[in-house]
Amino acid sequence: MADGTFVRLTRGEIEADLVAGSEAAVKRAKVPPLSDDEIGHLLDIYASPARFTGVDVGDEVVLSCDGTGMKTHGTRLQDLQSYEQWMGADLLELCVGDYSLKVVRTILAYEAQYMHDALLATVAPLQYGVMPNLGLYSKPDGPCDNWNELLPLGRIAEARASQEEAVEMAVVDMVHLADSQYEAGADAIDWDTTGASGDPEFLAALRATAIIRGKYPDLGVQLGMAGEFVLGMHGELEWDGVRLAGLWPREQLLLAQKAGATMFGPVVNVNTGKSCAWNIARAIAIVKPCMAVATIPVHMNAGMGVGAVPMFVHPPADAVCRAAKACVDILRLDGL
Amino acid sequence: MHNAHAQAAGMGGMRAAGDLVARLQMTRGMRLAEAKDYVAGKLGVTPFDLSDPVAMTDVRNELGFGRIHSYAISQPWQANMIEAKVNIARVLDVPINCVERFRERTAPVATGGR
Repeated sequence: MADGTFVRLTRGEIEADLVAGSEAAVKRAKVPPLSDDEIGHLLDIYASPARFTGVDVGDEVVLSCDGTGMKTHGTRLQDLQSYEQWMGADLLELCVGDYSLKVVRTILAYEAQYMHDALLATVAPLQYGVMPNLGLYSKPDGPCDNWNELLPLGRIAEARASQEEAVEMAVVDMVHLADSQYEAGADAIDWDTTGASGDPEFLAALRATAIIRGKYPDLGVQLGMAGEFVLGMHGELEWDGVRLAGLWPREQLLLAQKAGATMFGPVVNVNTGKSCAWNIARAIAIVKPCMAVATIPVHMNAGMGVGAVPMFVHPPADAVCRAAKACVDILRLDGL
Repeated sequence: MHNAHAQAAGMGGMRAAGDLVARLQMTRGMRLAEAKDYVAGKLGVTPFDLSDPVAMTDVRNELGFGRIHSYAISQPWQANMIEAKVNIARVLDVPINCVERFRERTAPVATGGR
């Protein structure tokens, strides 16, 4: 199950869940259903009694490993080196435990110095990661009126004005972060869990990415999403003439690559009450339209609670490897 | 979770050439097939070889790209860390931001060092 618990299902029950997951994606996201061949391939993966599985030899993809340098078991540099040397990480990410842009903005100089030192002692490409987390710009954590308090009171115009004020602040902070990290020598910036606060947060990430692309043509920008669907917390915000509220992964990708992102991470959240088979079919059907229009690498999010990986802090390995193989085999992803 | 993904689908990072392909994706926005073709072409290997730790350990040693530390194969004369990235930038013909900064910061002051 997508909460991580084991459940015994027959092959027929698994097939029924796969079909139902695909149909759920069609109904919710207005995407085409998975084909019979695709359902059949997923059935082979999810009905296998094997404890572990993987992609075919030669079909390996790049893993964009976020959170690899955050003092999990040593200093942050030791964490980065452990991921590089012991875990075979394809790329590394320096970050702070809180991971929020508004927290990092107060320690940019320290973070840039740490990046500078870490780059001298690692080989794999190294990005700096934050989540825009626009909510922290609202009271009591930040200076803007709290739109989550204003909206239930029906004070819509004030809530929207406050979100727009927060967007302006976040864009400035994101560009300042990129300035300092570029100066330190970073290979890329990672906007992780973008859109967690809805359409204003996605707007801030798109605007900042476009500015950074103009200033630093060689700096990578990875734009990863928080959810499958951009919540309309504001509802009227647009970027490049496109209304942001309600966008699904394909349209999110089109804007991200137009803004100048070099990697895009679509997200499909899990339903913990359903099986992993149901969730993988739904996730793949929702992300599949991305692959035909992508001009930049697509690294589908497959961590805790997304991409049919169970919502558990240490998800069972058999569920993780089935999700990885299924996504790579069906979608021909550029990475995970 | 990372280990499960790495074993199921990853290119292996510095065990093979995952870090090199990742670098082209990350900073050049190349999709996977294009990035694998580019790196393989520069290294004189096939895209298939890029995930092979046996083949790539030799290639990395010859080109000074840095390898996984091991008492069995690591030698102090081998390039590693920032040294390896200088070699990677040259062979792959892609500028690496920290290598450019390293050159600036270690240049004589009169020519732009700081």
